Amino acid sequence: MKQSDFLNIVLPFKDKVFRLAKRLLVSTEEAEDATQELLFKLWTRKEKIGEYKNIEAFAMTMTKNYCYDRLKSKQASNLTLVHSNYKEKETSLENKIEYRDSVNQVHQLIQNLPEQQRTIIQLRDVEEYDFDEIAKIVDMQPTAIRVALSRARKTVREQLTKKHNYGVS
Amino acid sequence: MELANIEKLLEKYLNAETSLQEEATLKSYFTEGPVAPHLQEYQSLFSYFTISKAESFSKPMRFTTQKPKGKRLRWFSIAASLALLVSVYASSEIYKQRKLEQQYAQISNALTLLSINLKKGENAIAKVQTYETTINKILK
Repeated sequence: MKQSDFLNIVLPFKDKVFRLAKRLLVSTEEAEDATQELLFKLWTRKEKIGEYKNIEAFAMTMTKNYCYDRLKSKQASNLTLVHSNYKEKETSLENKIEYRDSVNQVHQLIQNLPEQQRTIIQLRDVEEYDFDEIAKIVDMQPTAIRVALSRARKTVREQLTKKHNYGVS
Repeated sequence: MELANIEKLLEKYLNAETSLQEEATLKSYFTEGPVAPHLQEYQSLFSYFTISKAESFSKPMRFTTQKPKGKRLRWFSIAASLALLVSVYASSEIYKQRKLEQQYAQISNALTLLSINLKKGENAIAKVQTYETTINKILK
């Protein structure tokens, strides 16, 4: 397989990989490293790539597992990031939404969700996967995914209304 | 889209029962048109999803079969230990040679001293011998 063929396969979903990594790892640099790592892993297995039925789902699963591992090792080495206080400077997303405080708030609220709910809400509400695909990626039953997703959406909505009603910015 | 319909969809959305199509309807309602005041908090939620999706990975990809850092470090350490071994061996050799040279110099010093003293003794003996021969001559 040539580099150009590989690029054609990878290009449609590399941004999705990056966004999932960023949702889970929070910092842009770490997400970039994770994406590069993952693409490189795929490249080294390029001979086998034809055998996978759904490369995109496979790549997303690898990304999810890689990020979970990173988070675990971070916790193990006592380098926990306090997600609620973690604010990143100079990211493209932040620059865009700087002037929109309320959108920024949603970002914070979603970062406060547990890992699993964060992954699912990212896959469903941002990337718009259907439930069968999400089931493949996170290795869960579709019903369990619906429960987790519903919980995540309700938590975010509840806190948004709270802030909205009290006028806390 | 009617407001009642949107509210119904939101209810379904929170229970995670909406289809992707219905979610797209919600997204376009909250990001495009004017939003009813009591649903304002949803606006930021859905525009967040839309903004997030625009983010992309812009770094160049690398494909070289670059060895991972760990492996390269291992080779470095092997090279360093080899260099250390060689240098220690070489320096110990040099040290040995110096010691030998020193010993040689000491021994040769001692031997010259000995030979000088021996020569003195020889001279003395030669003198004694000349005495003896003259005495013998006289006595004969």
